[in-house]
Order: sequence, then C-alpha cells, then structure tokens
Amino acid sequence: MKLRKNLANIASHALLAVLGLIWVSPIFYVMLTSLRAEGGSYKSYIWPKGFTMDNYVNLFNTSNSIIDFKRWFLNTLVIAIFSTVISAFFVVCVAYCMSRLRFRMRKPFLNFAMILGMFPGFMSMVAVYYILKGLGFLETGVLKQVALVLVYSGGAGLGFYIAKGFLDTIPKAIDEAAYMDGATKWQTLIHITLPLSKPIITYTLLTAFMGPWVDYIFAKVIMGNDAQYYTIAIGLWTMLEQEYVEYYYTQFYAGCVMISIPIAILFLFTQKYYVEGVSGAVKG
Amino acid sequence: MEKKSAKANPAETVSLRAADTVRPATAGPAQVIRESSALSKLSFLVFGLGNLVNKQIIRGLLFLAIEVGYIAYMVSFGVAALGDFATLGLQEQAEVFNEAKGIFEYVPGDNSMLCMLYGVITIVLTGIVLAVAYMSMKSAYCTQKRKERGMPLPTFRDDLHSLLEENIHGMLMAFPMFGIIAFTVIPLIFMILIAFTNYDRNHQPPGNLFDWVGLSNFAQLFTSGSRLATTFWPVLGWTLIWAVAATASNFILGMLLALLINRKGTYGKGFWRFLFVLSIAVPQFVSLLSMRTIFNANGPVNIILRTIGVIGATESIPFFTNELTAKLTIIGINIWIGVPYTMLSTTGILQNIPTELYEAARIDGAKPPTIFRKITLPYMMFVMTPTLITSFTGNINNFNVIYLLTGGGPDSLDYYFAGKTDLLITWLYRLTITQKDYNIGSVIGIMTFIVLAITSLLTFHQTGAYKDEGAFQ
Repeated sequence: MKLRKNLANIASHALLAVLGLIWVSPIFYVMLTSLRAEGGSYKSYIWPKGFTMDNYVNLFNTSNSIIDFKRWFLNTLVIAIFSTVISAFFVVCVAYCMSRLRFRMRKPFLNFAMILGMFPGFMSMVAVYYILKGLGFLETGVLKQVALVLVYSGGAGLGFYIAKGFLDTIPKAIDEAAYMDGATKWQTLIHITLPLSKPIITYTLLTAFMGPWVDYIFAKVIMGNDAQYYTIAIGLWTMLEQEYVEYYYTQFYAGCVMISIPIAILFLFTQKYYVEGVSGAVKG
Repeated sequence: MEKKSAKANPAETVSLRAADTVRPATAGPAQVIRESSALSKLSFLVFGLGNLVNKQIIRGLLFLAIEVGYIAYMVSFGVAALGDFATLGLQEQAEVFNEAKGIFEYVPGDNSMLCMLYGVITIVLTGIVLAVAYMSMKSAYCTQKRKERGMPLPTFRDDLHSLLEENIHGMLMAFPMFGIIAFTVIPLIFMILIAFTNYDRNHQPPGNLFDWVGLSNFAQLFTSGSRLATTFWPVLGWTLIWAVAATASNFILGMLLALLINRKGTYGKGFWRFLFVLSIAVPQFVSLLSMRTIFNANGPVNIILRTIGVIGATESIPFFTNELTAKLTIIGINIWIGVPYTMLSTTGILQNIPTELYEAARIDGAKPPTIFRKITLPYMMFVMTPTLITSFTGNINNFNVIYLLTGGGPDSLDYYFAGKTDLLITWLYRLTITQKDYNIGSVIGIMTFIVLAITSLLTFHQTGAYKDEGAFQ
C-alpha cells in the first residue's frame, strides 16, 4: 500500500515536470532569442552563438515611420486605461442590475444579451467602421484612438455574465439586512455589494485592460495603415511581415518580452482576485 | 416571468402581490391600456400630457421635449432617410460634360451604404420613441391611479430620488444600454440587412449603387454544387470540430491538471501552479505569434527533430502547411494556451467546495470515485457551465488563434477564398476585409449565428445556473 502510494507520487511528479517543461520552454525560447546576437530570422540551431542586449536597445531607439515601439506602447497604454475604466463601469452596472435587482425587463434583457452575444463580434465591425467614419472619427490619428476606445468599451455592457455569476453567489440576506436598516438600493450597492465584489471588479478591470493589448482585428480595421497610431499588437505583427522579418526578427522577440513583463507582473499580482472572481464568492 | 425566483423566496412573493394592489407602477402593458383614462391614452400621442395637466411640470416637459426633438428630426431628415432606405439610392455617380470648363466631371450620386445606415438609425430611433410614448402613457396612468386613490403625486424631487431606490436599474442601465445600441445593435441590424442586398465587389459605393435582392444570396449558399456551397459546408464542419475539440480538451485536461496539482501527495503546489500560470501572463497574441515562428518550417521544433534524428537534416514537418497536421497543431497549441486558465479556475472551485459535503460522504462510506462523481463534478459543472458555454461560443468565433497561427491556410483552390483551417469567422474576415464581398460575408455571419443559437441556446436552458440562479444565494 505504501509502495503504491510512493509510486503514484513519483509518477505524478514526473508527469508534472514533463508538462511544466512543455509549458515553460516556449517562453524560455522567446527570451533566449530576444538576447541573440546574430541578426536574421530563422537559424539552424537553437542556442544562440552570442548574447547581447542590443535588441532591446534598438527596439527603443528605432523610431522610423513604420517601426516605433515606444509610441505603440504609449498608444496602447492610453487606449487600455480609458477603455478599462469605461467598460468596467458598464459591466459592473449591468451585472449588478441582472444579479441583485428584479424588474420587468430583466429576463428579456438577459435573453437579448445572449442572442446578441451569438453574432460574431467582428460582423458588426464593417458597420461600426462606417458609422465612425460618418461621424468624422477617422479623420485624424487621435480621433482614431478615441474611436478605438469606443469600439472596445461601447458594447462592454454585454460581457456581464462572469460578473453576474459572482454576484449571484453573494447571499441575498446581506442585502435584505441592509434594506431592513433603512438603506436605499443605491446605498446598498455602494456600501455593501461593491466592497464585497472586489475580486470580480479586479477581474473585470484586468480583462478589460488586457483587451487592447491582445486585440488585433479591431485595431487593424480602425487604424488602417496609420503606423504611428498602431497599438502593440498590430505593431509587432508588422515586424513579422515578409519585408521586415529578416531585420526585425530578434527585436520582435525583445518587444514580446518587453510587453509581457508588465502584464505578467500585473497578472501574477492579481491572480488571487482572478481565482476568486471566476470561482465565485461561496463562503463554504 | 419571475415566478421561479419568486417561488424560491415566499416572502418576496407576498410583498410583490401586496405591491401590485398599491403601486400602479408595476402594472403590465395590458393592464395599463385597459385601465387608462382618455387623458392617459392621449399621452401616448402628446407626450407628458397627463403629467402636465396634473402639474408634474418638469416630468411632463421632459417627455414633451423628446417628442418635439423627434418630430424635428423626422421632418428635417428622417422621412427622406426612410425613403432612401427603401430604394437604397437611385442616382448613380455619373460623368457629366462641363461645357464651361470643357472637361468631364464626376457628379456624386447616392451612396447606397449611407442610405441604409441612416435608414437603420431612423428606424431604431423610432423604436425608442415608441417606447418613450408607452412610458409617457404609463406615467399618465400612474398619476391617474394615484389621484383616484387619493394618494399624493410624486414631485420631480421624488422622481429623482426613485432613481436611487426602486428605479435604480433605470439609472444604472442607461449608459451601458446606449453603448450597446450604438455599437452593437445598430451595426448588427445594418450587417444583417446587407445579406439581402448585392453589396459585393462589383457594387461598391460611392461609385456604384447596390440594391435589395431578397433571398438570392442564401439561395446561392444552399444550391448544391455552387462554389459557395462547396466551401461553406466543409468550413462549417471544421468550425464545429474545432470548437468541440478545443473546448473539451481544455476543460478535461485543465481539470485533470488541477486535480493532479491538488493531490494530497504533491509537493510544491504553488510552484507547479506558477509554472503553468506563467503562460497565461504572456499576452495571447505574443504566445500565438511566437508559436507561429516556433512551429515554422525552419523553426526550433523542426530543428530539434532534425538534431535528434526523427526527420532528415533538410526535411521539416509541415506543421502549418498540410491540412491535417495544421489542424492538429492548432488544437495542440490551443491546449497550451487554454489549459492553464481552466486549471486556475477549477483550482479555485475545488478549494471552495464546502468540506462538510466531503466529510458527510466519507461517513456514509462513499469511495473517492463516488465522491468525485456525486459531489466534485456536479458542483464544478454548476459553476463552470456558463463558462463552458461562453468558451464554446468563443471558440466558434476564435479569430485570433486561427488568424495569427495559419491565417486560414493552407489555401485551397476548391474553396471560395477560404483555406483548409479557416473557421467561419476568419472566412468572414477574408470575404469582407480582403474580398469586399460584404453580402456573402453577412450571410456567413448569419449562418454562424444560427449555428451558435441552435447549439448553445438548447444547452444553456438545460443548465442549473440558468434554471435556478439562486441555488447558492
């Protein structure tokens, strides 16, 4: 019995080690290549012949009309901050209404939101593009950025499901106790529900913040060829294009590392909230 | 409508019923229409009339202002827009000889696309104004009822206060709803309508007009043997296989990984979790783009395989250029990306399961497999089902994974501008952005919607989370 248990332990640790290696090695490879001294794209070996920090230095010093990492980074940061605030506000409002309140239009809205969610988000993109164009939002680069914020956060109210699932697990008795003490619904929301919802608010903020960093398609459609106003995602994609890949291949990896680090720190820092947010507030 | 939740809480039922007799605000449309006085009914036509007559001046004026604004819009713009919407423009852009200058000049014609857009906006506005008309009638009805019962009429200050109390949903939902209508509903109606036109690469405004063609685009899709049909069905098939494979593999493997890490005998749980979480922390497009280079014909995976002698020194495994291997590679990479997510969320859920349940089961003599089947799994399914469904629909529309890895390739000549790994959504991208066949793209979008609606609406209504939202409240 003891032997069997030991064998099982060894086997499971070995399995975890192998899986861990599979999961970590691509990340390791990215870091390795970002430090490679030899330029050019694909090589017939994996371990670089020499190491250098030049890729990072060049990444921040290159600012021609096509490749300008610093600008892309700032562009994305600004867009991310604005759209995070707006969409988190929308999501929390809608999730609260759907979870804690009961009113006539609630079920119809739930069904309506689910139906809307089933259309490919990208399908409306063409129309959004022309609406924004019609409103004059695509005239200058800065307005394009405003347009992108609107695109990211405009329909955010529909993404309330996870937040609602979390709020559903906060016991109703807490709200009722507050009403009993004479609190209005607004006061209950501000003083009771929101403080209890910190995990899911953090989660919502986090996912909204990640959106602009990882979105390719909307940014590409809105920005077109305006490379100055690109976000990180389309910018890095540009570096891998046929005409640039030979020159920018290692810098591309340096760029990947540079934007992964802040997001990774942010993520690991808030991981606790992520787990709590996704798995609900059931206090067992 | 709210019966289920009311049943769960008898106290609420009682208070709701009591409210029905006291508060006219909870009356349904049928009751409002039946019991309205002539004045209240007239408020449907003249917004705020019932309120104005009863000295609720500000409320009445607000209603009236909406009506005046709408009429002004319709007279100056709306009626003409609706006319254009029906025809989608008649005047084509034309070359006209300018006698004075002695040259040909372009005379701008109608822009079918703008005709349609303004038409849709006008229709949505009209819908909203009709809703306001009903609200005006109901507001008048409430005032009428309160007067009949000798209750005090709410002042404007009371109305404002109600926004923090019984009408708080109105305030909270207003801004999100505006965003949803402007950025989701109107564009969506517009794109759905495009499916019934001939807006393709040969009918591009502003140079050309496009027109209504009824169902002919759909007919083309269902004509067996047409190029569109021979593309659509295989692409649909792969989309479904992909969505099922991606969702199921992530869920099952992620759950197994979580169980493996949470085993009693595992040392360094935090360390293992950290290893896997690291890959979530990397932005998805970075991992996807890196994976694309890693599995490239000359990428590191092929180099390792060459070095250890699995394949010849100049050979490479066509990870993205052969149909079958490309599909398997994509699913594999998606496992790499998705499993840590499931691992994380299932870990949280596993830790949240009340320990009393386990103790009770153990006392009753249940063995671990039974405990897993009867407690762990049902609990997990309750919390995870909505996530599962979202991830299934998300996978059907998973643009990033396909586009950034293979771009839909390997391309196929049998297909209508699609590749062997194209999902409906990436095909839609090619059709609209690259090929400018907006009508076909829209038809594909509608078909995607139908697929999603059929698969997920059915499953969602079966889940505990939908039937009984309050189970854990």
